[in-house]
Amino acid sequence: MALLELHNLKKYYATQKAVDDISFSLEKGNIFGLLGPNGAGKTTLLRMITGIFFPDEGKIMFDGKEFDPLNDIVHIGYMPEERGLYKKMKIGEQALYLARLKGLSKADAMASIKEWFVKFEMQSWWNKKVEDLSKGMSQKLQFVTTVLHEPKLIILDEPFSGLDPVNSNLIKEEIYKLAKKGSTIIFSTHRMEQVEEICDHIILVNKGQKILDGTVPQVKQDFKENLFRIRFNNPILPEHLAIHLFEVKDKKEKELVIRRDKDFSNNDVLQYFINKGLAIESFNEILPSLNDIFIKLVEGTPAARQFQPVTA
Amino acid sequence: MNKIWLVIQREYLTRVKKKSFLITTILVPLIIIGFYAAILAVQISDSSETAKIAVIDDANLFGGKLESTDKNIQYDFVTGDTEQGYKTKYKKAGYNYFLYIPKIDINDPKGINIHSEASLGITTKSKVERAVNNALEAKRMEAANIKADQFKSINSDITITNPLDSGKESSTTAATIVATVCGVLIYMILMIYGTMVMRGVMEEKISRIAEVIISSVKPFQLMLGKIIGIGLVGITQFAIWFVLIFLLMTVLPTIFPSLMEQAQTAASSQAATPGMLANITNSLSSLPIGLILFCFVFYFIGGYLMYASLFAAIGSVISEDQQEAQQLVFPIMMPIILGFVIMTKAITDPNSGLAIFGSMFPLTSPIVMMARICFDVPAWQLVTSMILLILGFLFFTWLTAKIYRTGILLYGKKITWKEMIKWMLRRS
Repeated sequence: MALLELHNLKKYYATQKAVDDISFSLEKGNIFGLLGPNGAGKTTLLRMITGIFFPDEGKIMFDGKEFDPLNDIVHIGYMPEERGLYKKMKIGEQALYLARLKGLSKADAMASIKEWFVKFEMQSWWNKKVEDLSKGMSQKLQFVTTVLHEPKLIILDEPFSGLDPVNSNLIKEEIYKLAKKGSTIIFSTHRMEQVEEICDHIILVNKGQKILDGTVPQVKQDFKENLFRIRFNNPILPEHLAIHLFEVKDKKEKELVIRRDKDFSNNDVLQYFINKGLAIESFNEILPSLNDIFIKLVEGTPAARQFQPVTA
Repeated sequence: MNKIWLVIQREYLTRVKKKSFLITTILVPLIIIGFYAAILAVQISDSSETAKIAVIDDANLFGGKLESTDKNIQYDFVTGDTEQGYKTKYKKAGYNYFLYIPKIDINDPKGINIHSEASLGITTKSKVERAVNNALEAKRMEAANIKADQFKSINSDITITNPLDSGKESSTTAATIVATVCGVLIYMILMIYGTMVMRGVMEEKISRIAEVIISSVKPFQLMLGKIIGIGLVGITQFAIWFVLIFLLMTVLPTIFPSLMEQAQTAASSQAATPGMLANITNSLSSLPIGLILFCFVFYFIGGYLMYASLFAAIGSVISEDQQEAQQLVFPIMMPIILGFVIMTKAITDPNSGLAIFGSMFPLTSPIVMMARICFDVPAWQLVTSMILLILGFLFFTWLTAKIYRTGILLYGKKITWKEMIKWMLRRS
């Protein structure tokens, strides 16, 4: 069942179409990657989903009903790209305040904070102030305050920036656990290797429009170029390669990277090498990385878009 | 509603719990009272070194006897020497000063000198002058054949009372003092707590927490919560000040009764007319204290709420730059300062056109009306002013909420007045 559905969402500023007719739907319990170059309209899109902005046109359905910011925002946890905490406020009080703003009672909030502080080994921080924390520490706190109220929808904008690998893993694990418990997660980032690792489903936006929508394996299949890596046990001789079945992209002593002609099958290729008397050690398809797909799709977008005046 | 309450609580508690709040709240009245105590103390113990003055009275002006009215001044008559001759000797004889009165025409006294090493203090000089003048006046009266008693009965010193048509008695002096104090207080409240709101909003924007909070509460709730929270801080601060000052005023005299007595005599001897202080104290009771207090609370709250929303809007459009803050805040400071200027006019002429306008116009009325209120304002003017203030508050809050809502989420970009006006005109 879809937790969030966007129907033809539009938000126009005076000089640019920040979000121009975007529709998609997010399944419950999945992790979504929202990708796009700088200034593609991601933040505007997220702000509409979090009820900060009203769309000019279009409809948002949340959990089966029309999105009602006033009541539904308590089911959303939003960690914006621009991190922010009250610098002079004590950490414990701050977490309590943010949790209560999300509608938790004082007792529930305390219980949830204690649980998360133990999980992240933050118990001793309670009376410290945010200004005393390192960047990574405040990042952890920010994450905790985002998920304290067990939101149905968690939106994380670059959640790993500024975190060391240990803490990155810690948070990654928690994201998986939250998704397993039924939270839907939108994960906005530029780090494609993280998207590949974490996300089930990706949506790519550029210039305010959705240009890609699908599961990670599906997208990779859609953009594959029939590239294969073949390893042999004996050296390859030049006469082995004079054939119309494939085009050689790279050649080492015992290894080939080829692009298979689309009129032939893998079996045809393998059959050919076997007939030539070459011992095949391995045969793998090379799927494009999301990074490649991203660059391919977005390349050529004028970067100046982000410098246009945003007069709201 | 619940969320506004949470915001109010946070804004209030984080400020009240700060050490700096405690320090300013408790120290300010102590400093004020300490300051006055110091002034009184200086007045009471005017025990600077005694001035010993040698007098050569060639005109026989004093008839050989000059009673000092001041215990710090001591006159001694010297005979059988000249001005030039004694000039070099008075120091050795143990005197600080040497007063020489030549043979003079009492109607055209000239050549009266007082010699000293360093220049004479103004107090001592005026005391000596008074003594000489008194002696001269006595001589002149004698010459004109007027007896001292006669003169006293002729001399006139009256105060004019100003009964109003409504039957009440006006008390201009007291009214002026109370009016000034009230006006200045409101002026300070608007400035101090207004800037506090602005800085609070800036803090939220610069630390980027605004977006997190806005994803939980509506911008208007956040703005209102902040304004009310800081307003309560102001009320708390004032309440503590009033209590502290009241306590000190009542406690001090009981602990040091003699001190206060001395202070009072010192104060009354210092005042031009001895009865003035008593006059003021008496006429204070003739002022409509209840009405003044009510209006103070009303204009405090109304003026604060209106200006705080303006300051909040300015805070929301400032991106890091302090200098930018000063430029943007200037147009808001202007009407406050204008109000202050009109107030000073209103005190001297409470019923002038300018004063009446100033006390009606919502942006200046909290300051100006507070000053006018002590001078018996017609009821219709007061009611109109209050209604206009409430309308002004609603209007400005509605307008500024629109700026605030957009400004608080816009980072790293200088926002012009043109853009702000565009946001204001946009329908929500």
